Amino acid sequence: MSEAALKTPTEIQSGNLLDIQEIRAQFPILGEIVHGNTLAYLDNGASSQKPIAVTETLERYYATQHANVHRGVHELSDRATEAYESARKTACKFVNANRTEEIIFVRGTTEGLNLVAESYGRWKLQPGDEILVSEMEHHSNIVPWQLIAERTGSIVRMIPMNDNGEIIQEDYLNLLNDKTQIVAITYVANSLGTVNPIKEMVRMAHDAGAVVVVDAAQAAPHISIDVIDLDCDFLALSGHKMYAPTGIGILYGKGELLEAMPPYQGGGEMIRRVSFEGSTYADIPHRFEAGTPNIADAVGFGAACQFMWDIGIDEIATHEKELLDYVHECAERYEDIRIYGNAKHKAGVFAFTLDKVHAHDLGTVLDRQGVAIRVGHHCAMPVMKHFNVAATARASFAVYNTHDEIDRMFEAINFARELFG
Amino acid sequence: MMDDLKALYQEVIIDHSRNPRNFGALESANCSAEGVNPLCGDELTLQCWLDGNDVIQDVKFVGQGCAISIASASIMTEMLKGLTKSEAESLFEDFRARVTGLDEFRSADIGKLEVLSGVREFPTRVKCATLPWHTAIAAINRSEEQVTTE
Repeated sequence: MSEAALKTPTEIQSGNLLDIQEIRAQFPILGEIVHGNTLAYLDNGASSQKPIAVTETLERYYATQHANVHRGVHELSDRATEAYESARKTACKFVNANRTEEIIFVRGTTEGLNLVAESYGRWKLQPGDEILVSEMEHHSNIVPWQLIAERTGSIVRMIPMNDNGEIIQEDYLNLLNDKTQIVAITYVANSLGTVNPIKEMVRMAHDAGAVVVVDAAQAAPHISIDVIDLDCDFLALSGHKMYAPTGIGILYGKGELLEAMPPYQGGGEMIRRVSFEGSTYADIPHRFEAGTPNIADAVGFGAACQFMWDIGIDEIATHEKELLDYVHECAERYEDIRIYGNAKHKAGVFAFTLDKVHAHDLGTVLDRQGVAIRVGHHCAMPVMKHFNVAATARASFAVYNTHDEIDRMFEAINFARELFG
Repeated sequence: MMDDLKALYQEVIIDHSRNPRNFGALESANCSAEGVNPLCGDELTLQCWLDGNDVIQDVKFVGQGCAISIASASIMTEMLKGLTKSEAESLFEDFRARVTGLDEFRSADIGKLEVLSGVREFPTRVKCATLPWHTAIAAINRSEEQVTTE
């Protein structure tokens, strides 16, 4: 599958837009040798690698800026606060929010979604109320809703998808009713790559009087996010999937909702005044950031946004789309490769199985050839159930991936085919 | 590097994974257990007929999983028949030591299970090989809880 003729047109095209080799040079880890081969890292949906711009920002922060934020009267505390709050401004711009207070730093998408479920859900949900969750959600956008539904007597209902891996819009419309309080949907499905029509789905939910919570974990690395255009009520994303450090992410929430919501965790930083007669809480965003925040990684998050802007998010998306088209084109030549997720709009993810080779065995065989992919149920067991498969293999792309790495994946698949032949 | 793979996926393993022995329901079973690996979705149900002297008279399994876990379950069922409960437990200890590389100071004879020893070079796959065993031990001890690798 490595015929030069195949890759020439697209390689030239992307070469015109981006200098991928120059980008790769900013990621030292891509030069690692794995089991005797140069690493081909195709597991970006799980976590992306970090550019020097991000790791150097972390080093600089710890070397010259670190102290606790918002409480010192000394110079370093000022510097740390300035760096942290400036990262919030960057994050605000990254999702195109109106106000910086609408950005809450969290550990990642999972914490962001749990925050909304715990705070907004506990506040709003009444017995019999309904929460709509799509069939293609990651477990982190299912389980928090089940937990809060159990505690409030509300009901989680599933919006089904079709066999291409697209939400069935008619079913969604039929499910919406005056009991629907919350719609929780993913922007890009981690197990299928489907890009959902969030803007339309938000409009439909609003017509029914429900708020919409968007899981943007897989969207953030590939799509320019605009919460004003989407008009979503909440949106959560993780830094580590978009070149930022682990342990940091953001939750965007509409100001008027966040301002009305009760705190999520109690502690320092989130209070206005504490006494044993009762306490009052800080304004947003600090009300939702109890305790010393993850300052350094928030600063790193800002650097990752800047890294993406420097390349251009549209340029990143175009390059990844070429890779996705190429991987589909290659896969379609093999009768024993089954593709999961054939939505009209896809981003970043190629999920498949190879007949006669279990995904786990395939993952091991590819790893020994230096090709890193994800195998398993991808924390989306309902999706696996829909397709009646226990596990799939998933290649997922970032800006630094190349057509050559995809060729290497197919060569490695050929070897697996022989081994199990 | 490819030698590791060839040592892991020997013909015997591929054969057992394609045509697992003792696959199906065991009508005479008087104990059973379920095992799951929540990380990858592997799952198997093992049924066993343990006689009054704690001898495993028969054992069968059903389930789905990777080549390593199915082959391990298949070979295991062949080996367990005729063993007492304590012999089975002791064989598992020897097997586990071999696949985790902790058997430096022991050289127990694990018979046909030797074919799975290549797993030691693949730490992420050890659980695939040991899940059937954990499930079998739970079954013969009549443990009610589902066995999980996590």
